[in-house]
Amino acid sequence: MSQATKQAVESGLPRPEKEIVLNQTGELNLAEALKWGGLGGLAAIFIAAIGMMEAFDERVLIQPVLTLSYAGLGLIPFIFGYLTAKPPPSIEGMPPVKAGLHHLLAAGLTGILAGILLSLFVLLAQAVNLRDIFVNISPRTLDILTFEQETTLALILLIIGGGVLGLLGGLIVIIPEQWRRPVVSALTWTLLVGLLEVLFQPLLRGLNLNFVDNILFSPFGGLKQEGALVVFVVAFAIYTVMERREGIFSQRLAGMSDREKRPYLYAGIVVLVIVLGFLPIVGGVFISEVLDLVGIFLLMGLGLNIVVGYAGLLDLGYVAFFAVGAYVTAVLTSPTSPAWSPELTFWAAIPFVVLAAALAGILVGTPVLRMRGDYLAIVTLGFGEIARLLFQSEWLVPYVGGAQGILSIPNISIGSFEAQTPPQLFYPIAAFVLIAIYVSWALKDSRIGRAWMAMREDEPVAEVMGIDIVQAKLSAFIAGAVLASFGGALFAAKIGSIFPRSFDIIISIQVLVLIIIGGMSSIPGVIAGAFIVIGLPALLREFSEFQFLIYGALLIYMMLQKPEGFFPAKERMRELHGEEMLQDDWLKSREAADQETPAAAPDHNPDTG
Amino acid sequence: MVLLEIRQLTKSFGGLMAINKLDFHVVPGEIVSVIGPNGAGKTTFFNLLTGMFRPDDGEIWFDGHNLVGLRPNQILGFGIARTFQNVRLFPNMTVRQNIMVAQHARTKSGLLAAIFRTPAFRKEEETVRQKAEETLAFFGSRLVGYRFDQPAFVLSYANRRRLEIARAMATGARLLLLDEPTAGMNPRETTELTQLIGRLRDEKGYTIVLIEHDMKVVRGVSDRVVVLDYGQKIAEGKYNEIAQNERVLEAYLGRKGAQEYAAA
Repeated sequence: MSQATKQAVESGLPRPEKEIVLNQTGELNLAEALKWGGLGGLAAIFIAAIGMMEAFDERVLIQPVLTLSYAGLGLIPFIFGYLTAKPPPSIEGMPPVKAGLHHLLAAGLTGILAGILLSLFVLLAQAVNLRDIFVNISPRTLDILTFEQETTLALILLIIGGGVLGLLGGLIVIIPEQWRRPVVSALTWTLLVGLLEVLFQPLLRGLNLNFVDNILFSPFGGLKQEGALVVFVVAFAIYTVMERREGIFSQRLAGMSDREKRPYLYAGIVVLVIVLGFLPIVGGVFISEVLDLVGIFLLMGLGLNIVVGYAGLLDLGYVAFFAVGAYVTAVLTSPTSPAWSPELTFWAAIPFVVLAAALAGILVGTPVLRMRGDYLAIVTLGFGEIARLLFQSEWLVPYVGGAQGILSIPNISIGSFEAQTPPQLFYPIAAFVLIAIYVSWALKDSRIGRAWMAMREDEPVAEVMGIDIVQAKLSAFIAGAVLASFGGALFAAKIGSIFPRSFDIIISIQVLVLIIIGGMSSIPGVIAGAFIVIGLPALLREFSEFQFLIYGALLIYMMLQKPEGFFPAKERMRELHGEEMLQDDWLKSREAADQETPAAAPDHNPDTG
Repeated sequence: MVLLEIRQLTKSFGGLMAINKLDFHVVPGEIVSVIGPNGAGKTTFFNLLTGMFRPDDGEIWFDGHNLVGLRPNQILGFGIARTFQNVRLFPNMTVRQNIMVAQHARTKSGLLAAIFRTPAFRKEEETVRQKAEETLAFFGSRLVGYRFDQPAFVLSYANRRRLEIARAMATGARLLLLDEPTAGMNPRETTELTQLIGRLRDEKGYTIVLIEHDMKVVRGVSDRVVVLDYGQKIAEGKYNEIAQNERVLEAYLGRKGAQEYAAA
């Protein structure tokens, strides 16, 4: 879109006619292809130069043809081709721009251009030694980029491959709507199943579905080729059916009252509990370990969601509450706790953990009562560091052990059952997470929850509307602190020994990232965020090396494209589009019917359904 | 009997006297308009009344309580609620939630009651929800039905103004301070809102102080008009008296303009 068009769109004016004519006559949009092709090429060079290609080479998605590094590389022209071909968003009152053959050509061109840029990079890297500066441009990386072939052949392959993948990306735009989602989803699932072999394979084996495992997965890692085909076809079939059926189902659900929905809700909860109960048994040690970690971060995420998502208080020192929970548990339960060891059980220590966390919440909350936004963030950041340094300090060595930490923290036990292994530990963690989810849900829809939200929206106005800001802020800090302290207590019991180093600032950042990516103030969002931000890097070791790069990229993408998160809260999900026209229609229909207070929304209302 | 009594209220920002030794009173059931040129201190006056600013000097008595030095939420608790010149709703909360949260000061349930869903909590929630819907029904069909669950930011400008008035009503206040309720509305909406302000008093029994620039509205609703200029009260009385007052004309039109107006 040209600058002039953009301005026109922003000001709500009809777009200049010239551009529409251009698009309809099907002239090749060279500028678009150059832009995305250039960016695509740079992206490909970037991931090669930081060593991603080499790191991802071990992970085979489809044996033996596709490794993660090639999948990542191939996705670049595909995605950028798609972006090139994608028509600009349609504007009200204008006929939508139809994608045509010229779009497809532009997409192919994008891919070729990206391929050319990458080829130039390969030539450069072969001619000049770049490793003095870019240490990751290793011979192995170049081998991967040249497909271990002769250079000329490899470069031709890169360029042609780029072009073909770009074309395919463009093709996604061209194909009819009802096929687009099944195709894209099936492709995604195929790659995902290959990628998450470490997740799917133990699950299949645990369920005694060895034959499915044999069909899908190769003994040498990754999907078999026929396995990949099976996944693609099955996913495609499911999505094709869903495309037809989904509307009916969601319409029926929307038509139901809360009371009618209730049995489904309860059934859903029962199913969820059963699944959770069997998950660690089926999944085995590795998956349970990942789940435990996700659970602990999820507790913190839910807590921080109350502070940041509900109450709008940006707390960057959140790890302090996590540390308080862990240290109180350690001191009270460990027989070797330095000063004083009452050797309580985990459960007997929990009330003290809650108490200490609440106190810590008040301690942090009180000095920052009059602060907002950036100032609050900086001060809490300081508090987080203060907490870590205190636990590390010489001064407190006699009580919390300083850098030596506290060791031999006992396992959690209920009667004679002792949670030693990750699968066993999963149950207490899951129980706490379920409690935290319930608490988050209960608070959101309550007097105090609404007060928090009002405070988040506009603090001075909230105060004028009768909300006691001091009370609201402190209660938010306390609620958040208690949930995080549960996470800390479980962490201490899980690891068995704690050190100040475990409570680094980076934990605060990770928790914040997970709620931003999932969707602020949305409980499903926080859950999904914990799995994406904590679970994925734990499952796929090679990702953890690039964890912060990926967080950064993801955050930038979120801020630009989906500031409300992947799974936003209901009230933020609705789009502005057409709401006001909807009101006029509705008012007219009401005036015609001459009714004062209608009971329900009209049926033709698509946005609230 | 006087509901609100203000004596010698003073507030300055640096060298600027925003409000200068202002005396003011409202009796129950009255509709008082506060008018004056831009920068006369009208909104500052509301900010002082609601505790958003603290006065330098003077007394504010509301129903026998001295309000000076109280926090805004305490003042609301005594029964004064306001709207804002530049509509300030809670945009990401639903229409219903906006009204429910306004009842905060009149309700009690705390953190633990919400977590354990005590019977008292459930009952209170139900009452609050019902009152929210009743309050919104006062505005006819505009803010009810499917509107309940829409976020406030999707509302049209006029509906936002209505919702803000509803929010002030739901606080349980007796005195409503409306800061330019018709600003930015078209003539039809203005007429409608003028009637609505009358209904607020006649049907719901509110006492109302409003800041207004639209003289049609002022003439239509006010029992009494108070004119501010440079933070001082320059005139007070019925609309017709004010309209003839020389100092008022001068404040609005300048000395020369006032003379020309008087000559014509």
